[in-house]
Amino acid sequence: MATETSFDLVVVGGGPGGYVAAIRASQLKMKVALVEREHLGGICLNWGCIPTKALLRAAELRHSIDEMQEFGITVSGEVSIDLPAVVKRSRKVAGRLSTGVQHLLKKNKVTVFDDLARLGARRGDLREVRLAGGATLTAKHVILATGARARSLPGIEPDGKTIMTYREAMVPETMPKSLVIIGSGAIGSEFASFYLDMGVEVTLIEAMDRILPVEDAEISDFVQKAFVKRGMKVVTGARLSSLKPSAGGVTASFEGGIEPVVAERAIMAVGITGNSESLGLEGTGVKTDLGHIVTDGYGATGEPGIYAIGDVTGPPWLAHKASHEGIICVEKIAGEAGVHAIADGSVPGCTYCRPQVASVGMTEAAAIEAGHKVRVGRFPMLANGKAIALGDDQGLIKTVFDAATGELLGAHMVGPEVTELIQGYAIARTLEATEAELIQTIFPHPTLSEAMHESVLDAYGRAIHF
Amino acid sequence: MAIDILMPALSPTMETGTLAKWMVAVGDTVRSGDVIAEIETDKATMEVEAVEDGVLASVMVEAGTEGVAVGTPIARLAEDGETVEDAAATAAAPAATAPQAAPSQEAVVDTVAVASAPQPQAEPVTPPPAPSAVPSAAASDAALDTSSNTGRIFASPLARRIAAERGVDLVALSGSGPHGRILRRDVEAASVSAPAVATRTAAVAAVQGDSRVEPNSQMRKIIAARLQESKATAPHFYLTVDCEIDNLLAARRQMNDRAPEGVKVSINDLIIRAAAMALIKVPKANASWEGDNTRLFTHADIAMAVAVEGGLVTPVIWAAEQKGLAEIAAISRDLATRARDGNLAPEEFSGGSFTISNLGMYGVREFAAVINPPQGAILAVGAGEERPVVHDGQLAVATVLTVTLSADHRVVDGAVGAEWLQAFKGYIEAPVTMLL
Repeated sequence: MATETSFDLVVVGGGPGGYVAAIRASQLKMKVALVEREHLGGICLNWGCIPTKALLRAAELRHSIDEMQEFGITVSGEVSIDLPAVVKRSRKVAGRLSTGVQHLLKKNKVTVFDDLARLGARRGDLREVRLAGGATLTAKHVILATGARARSLPGIEPDGKTIMTYREAMVPETMPKSLVIIGSGAIGSEFASFYLDMGVEVTLIEAMDRILPVEDAEISDFVQKAFVKRGMKVVTGARLSSLKPSAGGVTASFEGGIEPVVAERAIMAVGITGNSESLGLEGTGVKTDLGHIVTDGYGATGEPGIYAIGDVTGPPWLAHKASHEGIICVEKIAGEAGVHAIADGSVPGCTYCRPQVASVGMTEAAAIEAGHKVRVGRFPMLANGKAIALGDDQGLIKTVFDAATGELLGAHMVGPEVTELIQGYAIARTLEATEAELIQTIFPHPTLSEAMHESVLDAYGRAIHF
Repeated sequence: MAIDILMPALSPTMETGTLAKWMVAVGDTVRSGDVIAEIETDKATMEVEAVEDGVLASVMVEAGTEGVAVGTPIARLAEDGETVEDAAATAAAPAATAPQAAPSQEAVVDTVAVASAPQPQAEPVTPPPAPSAVPSAAASDAALDTSSNTGRIFASPLARRIAAERGVDLVALSGSGPHGRILRRDVEAASVSAPAVATRTAAVAAVQGDSRVEPNSQMRKIIAARLQESKATAPHFYLTVDCEIDNLLAARRQMNDRAPEGVKVSINDLIIRAAAMALIKVPKANASWEGDNTRLFTHADIAMAVAVEGGLVTPVIWAAEQKGLAEIAAISRDLATRARDGNLAPEEFSGGSFTISNLGMYGVREFAAVINPPQGAILAVGAGEERPVVHDGQLAVATVLTVTLSADHRVVDGAVGAEWLQAFKGYIEAPVTMLL
């Protein structure tokens, strides 16, 4: 059977941006091909979001054993961690989901090519896509969803053993005694939390003045204190000057008078860079900026018929942003009504360290800088009944409102399960609810979400339980 | 405790209104029942009464503010034992307090509109359909129609609040959100583009030097929308007939000579009565087009066009066929007076099954009127004047009144319209028959 090579849409990359775009396009009656060079589901599913959650769950279970006694449960005998089994489970979870994506694409009649793609010539209003395996596909529209990879710093070459990226950090064969993590964004902070719970001595390095620098300052401060309390070393305002193998493993040196840090291994988590090379962009109107493809709010590049979505287009590097961009891009191509670019501040962000962090919209500082007169509400998990019952009462919910309009400008949360709670505020923002609707909403008791209500009440001087 | 006075809803469909005038000033003592402000809606100006005693502590919405959303705090009363300053202090920044005050129901007292007794029936008010006269499906269809025609505006809470703040009229916006929902970006786009348009127009006007731009009132916009809809959707046709009214004038003189003190029947009252009788005699002309159904009205609910400052309103004399001439005279005079003063309640000028427009007092000989939707017909009445007529081959002089019926051909056919005019002419020329 001759494989079909002519399509309405070819999607390059099978991550959460690409495969979602392909399925949506198929729903809109397009004939769709998807080219994936490695594994369906992309980094998110295979080397990012999902497998790290499996690892963090193991760390959380390990941690909960330490708390058993407080709940009146005695665990006798030695607690040990079978690291290969922990990693194996994480890989199994990723594998299961990748297979799931494969089924979804098949169900939606998307033709999948396990191959490496490169843009070819333009033929009228059609574009050729050349596959490394030899085939040439043609389509009117091509979406580049090739994702991103770990970035390093000049002069530092991760070897995957002593100096790791997220990829190696996710499948450790042994636990190091000590670890230095360069970069305290979501990736750095999650690994810091994981390795700390697994009994490793962790030093977390951040060049900015606080960890999780994109989060609200109060939240960063809260997490930093929680990390330090658990025994982590946190060094902020530290610009790395070198990271070199040394007698003890690896030595991180810094500018200024900051003491070098020696650890058995290091993880580079200083951000990622777009996979925009080798795509055949040369000679097209597609422009890149520091490795990221430049697009408008609907994924259109400077070249007609070529679009880009997700991590390859720049931060925030989040799977759900990529998926949403994929949907917007495809609907725009299909001429659907009511398609809008992603609005500023509507992409929630979650970090799964312990304590968890979640936020949507503007930080208090950003809101003030943007000229808003703000009303800020705060509510500590200390005063939430459910959190106390769970034995996990460390957290803070902060809400930022525009004083004039009552718009919820931003919400910032740290504490138990906040990654599952943030979508309440995200919905409120999408529906353009004001404080009045949030105040009038009944939050069920006893839940952690009551703290969300109280934070809003506090912004208007009406908190009941604090 | 300070009491917030909220923008009242003067009709079931009211979303926003213009705060036309404050009748009290900060520091004034207000008693329950005092008129404190005037509010302008689609077609009428209404008074807002205080329902609590107190001293006006602050005014949050200045007079002349358009597009004030229903429920927005417009002023604050200090109660006994509370100083004006204390009450006002809690209302420090008017804009900022609105959000704070709105949700605290216990501190909020609704105001009532003097003229308001908003009936549950939504605008346009259609008299209860007679179940016997219409297919049973009509009622539910009508309910559906009503819901889609009530002018309910789908807008996000934030969009509403910003619109109220910036005086943007949500009615004029089309939403870019799901199912046309108006979002913040739509309001912001409107409030940015509006001044730009005004500036450009002003610049052009300066060059021409002979025009100025006035913002259209809510009433003007409604009139424009409704009449445009009428002309665009209802295929109008026109039937004109001359009526000799010497007998009518004589009968009127006799009535008024013998009428009790205060009762004075006008030619217009007689025309209303004759039109009502004719509608009952020719019920097919008393109808309204509703797409899948035709609504046949049980009563002759006669709307009369009354010119008011800046436009016109059409107050309704309900079931005019059941009312005597003295009663019609009293009602029509009261409605006309209150219409000109802008004191009608919305339900008094909404609905009706048929409209009469009389320009006779301006010396207009005859004209054709635009149907008042969703009604099926309108009668345009010219001036009664002495004209040469031919009676039995002889030239004579008679007082003649020319009327023109504009009818919606979807519900009223030519023959039905002609039949109705014939009946009308019969009553007008032989007024005794009207008394039956």
